[in-house]
Amino acid sequence: MKKVLEPADKAAGRTKEHRSVPFTTISGRPIEPLYKPESVAGMDYARDLANPGQFPYTRGVHETMYRGKMWTMRQFAGFGSAAQTNARFKYLLEHGVHGLSVAFDLPTLMGRDPDHPLSLGEVGKCGVAITSLADMETLFEGIPLDDVSTSMTINSPAAMLLAMYVIVGEKQGVPPEQLTGTVQADILKEFIAQKEYIFPPRPSMRVIVDMIRYCTEHMPKWNSISISGYHIREAGSTAAQELAFTLRDGIEYVQWCVDAGMDVDSFAPRLSFFFNSHSDFFEEIAKFRAARRIWARTMKDRFGAKNPRSLMCRFHTQTAGVSLTAQQPYNNVVRTALQALAAVLGGTQSLHTNSLDEALALPTEEAVTIALRTQQIIAHESGVVNTSDPLGGSYFVEKLTNDIEAEALEYFRKIDALGGMVAAVERGFPQREIQEAAFQFQKAVERKEKVIVGVNDYVMDEKPFSILYIDESVAEEQTARVAALRATRDNEKVRAALAGLQEAARGTANIMYPILDASRAYATLGEMCDALREVWGEYEEPPVF
Amino acid sequence: MSAEATQGKIRVVMAKPGLDGHDRGAKVVARALRDAGMEVIYTGLRQSPEQIVAAAAQEDAHVVGLSILSGAHLPICRRILELLKEKDMASVKVFVGGIIPAQDIPVLKEIGVAEVFLPGASTQDVIRLIQSAVPAA
Repeated sequence: MKKVLEPADKAAGRTKEHRSVPFTTISGRPIEPLYKPESVAGMDYARDLANPGQFPYTRGVHETMYRGKMWTMRQFAGFGSAAQTNARFKYLLEHGVHGLSVAFDLPTLMGRDPDHPLSLGEVGKCGVAITSLADMETLFEGIPLDDVSTSMTINSPAAMLLAMYVIVGEKQGVPPEQLTGTVQADILKEFIAQKEYIFPPRPSMRVIVDMIRYCTEHMPKWNSISISGYHIREAGSTAAQELAFTLRDGIEYVQWCVDAGMDVDSFAPRLSFFFNSHSDFFEEIAKFRAARRIWARTMKDRFGAKNPRSLMCRFHTQTAGVSLTAQQPYNNVVRTALQALAAVLGGTQSLHTNSLDEALALPTEEAVTIALRTQQIIAHESGVVNTSDPLGGSYFVEKLTNDIEAEALEYFRKIDALGGMVAAVERGFPQREIQEAAFQFQKAVERKEKVIVGVNDYVMDEKPFSILYIDESVAEEQTARVAALRATRDNEKVRAALAGLQEAARGTANIMYPILDASRAYATLGEMCDALREVWGEYEEPPVF
Repeated sequence: MSAEATQGKIRVVMAKPGLDGHDRGAKVVARALRDAGMEVIYTGLRQSPEQIVAAAAQEDAHVVGLSILSGAHLPICRRILELLKEKDMASVKVFVGGIIPAQDIPVLKEIGVAEVFLPGASTQDVIRLIQSAVPAA
């Protein structure tokens, strides 16, 4: 790191010396040496901030914030077989987790059965393998669904996993009306960032709209979608791009639902968001505050929403996986703690803290426990929960909030000009913006303009680190399980249900009902997705870099 | 690009095998290699070992770069290196980048992977190691 002192920048009127390093955020935003009242001249408290729980909700969606209700400590987990993950869920619930969050393996995320050639090596690796309703029953065995809320990180086949969850609930005697939780179901960010898409954008959007309609009619306590910036940020976007693309995705879903004839206030209260909390402390806090203000104003002005809950940007946050280093992994506890603190100061409704070993593997139980304890220490020891939006009114935080909001609104204008987010995605616009930002960041790291402790500075020799190792045995087990299922279920019923699914796909009826029928008949996820692939085709992104 | 313009350049097929879509690393490395003067062909997502080896044959590649973050590296690399041998393409150097447990690195090297790059690796190191593995393209 440069330690040289440079002469003062006289032109800028600075009288003290500043170190010759770039004073920019992790997103490359230049930061002034000092923020003063004139930095936020023209800001109107009632119009731009208001108290927590009041429009435009800049300071928080609830009047009492964490004095009223602590954020939900929700740790994302899943690996191996349904039985293994069921045991991890029970462990987490015993140790103070409030809500479950399911990580699925790649075959499940991509709608492939474990015996498909592309599933080679992937079964049970980065999440739990769920091939059919039978696995879903095992996953939640002994966990009463009226007692926990469950978040499922699933997108392309979200409707199928939701259907399986609803059926497991029914079998436990819990009707869909009582289920709480969320499916991610944010297909736009798959095209933009995470790239786990199956069908082309337009039929994919139709499934989401059908699912939101089903949830609106039958699942009043369920968040129908979790509009996600997390993966956009992990793919390399800046903070403002994460904010802009996520909220613009939100606008796109609302527009499609309204265009499908739904009343905005019937479904908008159940929309939720999911953001990343990265390492640049104040920029992240400003991003969360700007998100609430932009969403509230957009829903009111653009869609005429009247229900206050339609205007509230409620969100889950996860600390930045991409910021974790494989080098000196214990340092990741500190990174995660700072990121978690930013999320809390930004007013998150729920939080996942990453484990220290996640740049190396899926986390061990010990690492997961430290991650959870990190949240508990912030909640119970730091005192930051005692008052709402403690940084509100800080010249710096308010100016950053304004700046990041302006940058996001500029992106809205560009995307609107392209014809909306689906059209922008089809043209690769957000994809290119993110790719460029990722490359620029890598260059900044390699030039050491950005120091990453233990990676490009303060490097040292290290001892080997023990990790959770998942071998190939799950693949064999899962393949045997699905073979047994196919041999014992009523295959005639499955065939009829899949035919019904294809018929709905060709027409306009709500696709959730034939998906429920097929799931109930123990059709596998791969079979349901293949049936739809035959009708809609598969999406392939042009391979540009 | 004309045949002359590509002559003498190291040709790299960059691939994302398996079902994972996290392509940030693959794309950042692809661009850095191109900026370093190599000819880079990116296969796009979700390519089977057969498709990757076919692409390497068609492009007459010196190097195959694989980005694997999902834990599927062992079976996938095994299959790709088998196919390269079967097709008399054992001279093609295979580089792997991603989340690879330490215990798997010697296994990968034993089956013929030239080098494994872990999180935090610099693109300059990737460039240097490819250049030294393919001396006179």
